[in-house]
Amino acid sequence: MTEQTTHETEDIFATSESDRDDAAEGRVFTASGGDWESLAEEAASIGEDRIVVNMGPQHPSTHGVLRLILELDGETVTEARAGIGYLHTGIEKNMEFRTWTQGVTFCTRMDYLMPIFNETAFCLSTEKLLGITDRIPERASIIRVMMMELNRVGSHLVALATGGMEMGATTVMTIGFRERERILSIFEMITGLRMNHAYVRPGGVVQDLPPGAIDKVRDAIPQIRRGIHELELLLVENPILKGRTVDVGYVDLTGCIALGLTGPILRSTGFPLDVRKSEPYCGYETYDFEVQTANTSDAYGRLLVRFAEMYESLKIVEQTIDRLQSTPGPVMIEDKKIAWPAQLSLGGDGMGNSLDHIREIMGDSMESLIHHFKLVTEGFRVPPGQAYVPIESPKGELGAHVVSDGGTRPYRAHFRDPSFNNLQAVAAMCEGGMIADVIVAVASIDPVMGGVDR
Amino acid sequence: MTPPSEGTSGASGSASGEPEAARSDNGEKAEVTPAADKPEQKVSTTAAQETGGAPTAAEPPNLPAEPGTAPEPVVIGERQGMFGSSLGNDTSGYGGLESPILFPAAAVRPYGSYFDEVADALERGLGDGDDTTYGDAVQRVVVDRGELTLHVAREALPAVARALRDDPALRFEVCTGVSGVHYPQEAGRELHAVYHLLSITHGSRRIRLEVSCPDDDRHIPSIVATYPSADWHERETWDMFGIEFDGHPSLTRILMPDDWPGHPQRKDYPLGGIPVEYKGATVPPPDQRRSYS
Repeated sequence: MTEQTTHETEDIFATSESDRDDAAEGRVFTASGGDWESLAEEAASIGEDRIVVNMGPQHPSTHGVLRLILELDGETVTEARAGIGYLHTGIEKNMEFRTWTQGVTFCTRMDYLMPIFNETAFCLSTEKLLGITDRIPERASIIRVMMMELNRVGSHLVALATGGMEMGATTVMTIGFRERERILSIFEMITGLRMNHAYVRPGGVVQDLPPGAIDKVRDAIPQIRRGIHELELLLVENPILKGRTVDVGYVDLTGCIALGLTGPILRSTGFPLDVRKSEPYCGYETYDFEVQTANTSDAYGRLLVRFAEMYESLKIVEQTIDRLQSTPGPVMIEDKKIAWPAQLSLGGDGMGNSLDHIREIMGDSMESLIHHFKLVTEGFRVPPGQAYVPIESPKGELGAHVVSDGGTRPYRAHFRDPSFNNLQAVAAMCEGGMIADVIVAVASIDPVMGGVDR
Repeated sequence: MTPPSEGTSGASGSASGEPEAARSDNGEKAEVTPAADKPEQKVSTTAAQETGGAPTAAEPPNLPAEPGTAPEPVVIGERQGMFGSSLGNDTSGYGGLESPILFPAAAVRPYGSYFDEVADALERGLGDGDDTTYGDAVQRVVVDRGELTLHVAREALPAVARALRDDPALRFEVCTGVSGVHYPQEAGRELHAVYHLLSITHGSRRIRLEVSCPDDDRHIPSIVATYPSADWHERETWDMFGIEFDGHPSLTRILMPDDWPGHPQRKDYPLGGIPVEYKGATVPPPDQRRSYS
């Protein structure tokens, strides 16, 4: 049994005198497990109508280290505020001290459920600065699209899985994560890692698909589709789920536009805005898919949109497979001043530079060695200026505003993370509702704190 | 309005005292050297090399372009040496080389794409009602890499934002975000707030607003009244750069702890870090390693 303390006008987490003075306004209860009944009784005995509940940042239902500050009147939320910053890791600042290529390794860790999107947003912006957008090999763009769409399915699966878990449905969680594992296994085969891939690089992707990858993707699609369908059967017409989600977390189109909400939240109002259609990148205009919408503007509509989008994503993945078979490499821009010279291969002692490349730089050509060394340690220079390229991530519009001063490192890299923006809707979605609906509303926003706090 | 004085020379500082005069006759007012009969325009790199990268007094580099003249790229700093090594150990023999860092020049009409339409509509939209005129509000228009950037005077920002959102010909409904950039070498306009706007009505048009403020007067009007979505973005920019957005409903720190000293994304804020020992060798923290910027 963990400790449970109640203090008369003392806040044990107060860090300053003024904090303690604030606490003097009312009684502070610190609940950390234990006997809730006596705590509730004690709280009720004060006869105070207004209770401020600090939910999180360590709470299993707040979708990560999100802190919700809820002012309650009984069980009704009269005021809701989100406190963020608990996962701030200074990624944008760190990127200013690494080369443009190394920056990918940082930004992939922002929203850890959509690493490929983070990388692609950064790389597309960098490529626009470099002026090489049109010279990206077609195969690289197809691979990017395939990886992004697989990643979109994985991200939506986690959104549904954790959303279900937060409502108490652990089966939803296990099915969701089980299906996502198939996608992560594909990612592991292609990039070497399940998450944090650093696979998309300025100029293309780091290496071509390994043998057997296309077969693996092709085999996995029906399985994933079956898993999504299983989840759909479990959720979509489930009366308990509908009771929890219908008309909960309502934001209409006007609210969405005012708050800058994008992604499934905007599309659940029936407005088909999708950057893949409105400003195509990576050749999305050549794929056959539909923008999915719902017209309920609530958490249930967002769930439906996510289901429909996963099926559309799998449709796109199937199209990329066909194209990959007829489109040979390369997967990196031909420009030797940008593309890293390393050709990776799997040796007896793991992944490393290919023996042919080692032979060339160590045995044959001093110039190759210098070139390799300079490009990898110093990096390439990017002409001064700024660029912003938006892409459609699973959560909404993700964009990287990158500024170069002509050096080998970003002068500034700022990410417009959709979760960061969308979390602003917490107050609009939750105030006036019940406290149990706060969980559902936040889950329907699907914020990932790694991306929010960066 | 404050004309952007890009360089560090005293002459451009004096020009900022009389913006209207400097603007009206394209720099002759600001000319302090007797060489008034010089050709008006010079090739920028030549000029920059003659003056060690700093803009000459005769050419305030960041004023709105007069029609028909080719605008100069904007010098935002200079780079030393051949390779830009941070440790200053350039042994190539070109260690004394100084080259300017040039940002894209102001654009001249026609801007191309939908940019002319946007600029015209904004000129009309600012014309009626408000006392802010387009000439005062938009200091410089840059078209670069297919993106339109309007450099807006900070006091005109709320009016410009309102016009951009409400004018039927503009209808930039969404402010997708606010980003900050710190240029410590740009005296008088060190801190920039960069706004990205999206017009869904007109088929996903995008423009960028760039507003600057001096480091010793870090105030920019808030646009939360027009774009509620800018709320957290402005808080983040305040948190990271120390720009105070006047009129913001609750400008508090958002990512850093409430009692944090300093603003981490500013260039004068160190990255921090500790040296790491690995197999006997010591790897310095990232900001102290050799770099080539």
